[in-house]
Amino acid sequence: MSEAAKPNRPQFRNINITQIVGYRLPLAGIISILHRISGLLMFLLLPFILFMLDKSLVSESSFDYFKGFTSGWFVKLVILALSWAYLHHFCAGIRHLVMDNHIGLSKESARKSAASVLIISLPLALIVALKLFGAF
Amino acid sequence: MADNNIGGKRLVVGAHYGLRDWLAQRATAIVMAVYTVILLVCFLTASDFSYDGWAGLFSHQWFKLATFVALMALFFHAWIGVRDIWMDYVKPVAVRLVLQVATILWLVGCAGWAAQILWRV
Repeated sequence: MSEAAKPNRPQFRNINITQIVGYRLPLAGIISILHRISGLLMFLLLPFILFMLDKSLVSESSFDYFKGFTSGWFVKLVILALSWAYLHHFCAGIRHLVMDNHIGLSKESARKSAASVLIISLPLALIVALKLFGAF
Repeated sequence: MADNNIGGKRLVVGAHYGLRDWLAQRATAIVMAVYTVILLVCFLTASDFSYDGWAGLFSHQWFKLATFVALMALFFHAWIGVRDIWMDYVKPVAVRLVLQVATILWLVGCAGWAAQILWRV
């Protein structure tokens, strides 16, 4: 087909942040953007993570403070969000490393591996949630 | 520039075309994955979940160093990732530069804090 005869298809070269809502992503695309979001979340909450590490290590009394601090429901939710972010980022990252070695690049297998990222990371996050909120 | 900058004719000057950062992000990811396994093994084989057990784990010099190395890998990894985010979404050069510098300062500050936390135990 010559250049002139091509129908006028919409072109998306640089997707603006305001277009994201109306943009349907394939499964691998969802995994990819969640990889980015989870990474940014962990980056922004770095001081919170270091604060908790600090409190848990300084002394016996700060350890008790840490236990009290992390028993609140909101802090538990933040810890759950961070746990999910870590699990997702880890699984999606392993997928990246495998694909960097030219393994599983076909459309079919890329979709399968994208699905398996969710199949592994979400139940693990659920286990963390159950543990955090005292189911076992 | 359209056809004369391809393949062997490519003008490879200056900015590494991102390969170095790409590779560093992979290497630091593997360091963090290995540390995650170490931490999981320590946790799953532990019996003492009191302060003494937790601080005892961090009292070993090898564990401090492993944690510190993993955190340094994390900060370098985060720098590349967050820089990519600014490069993708923030187009005005001045704003992007400010954000990138702020990211570096933020991460260097976190690195200092991490060192203090680890070697105070």
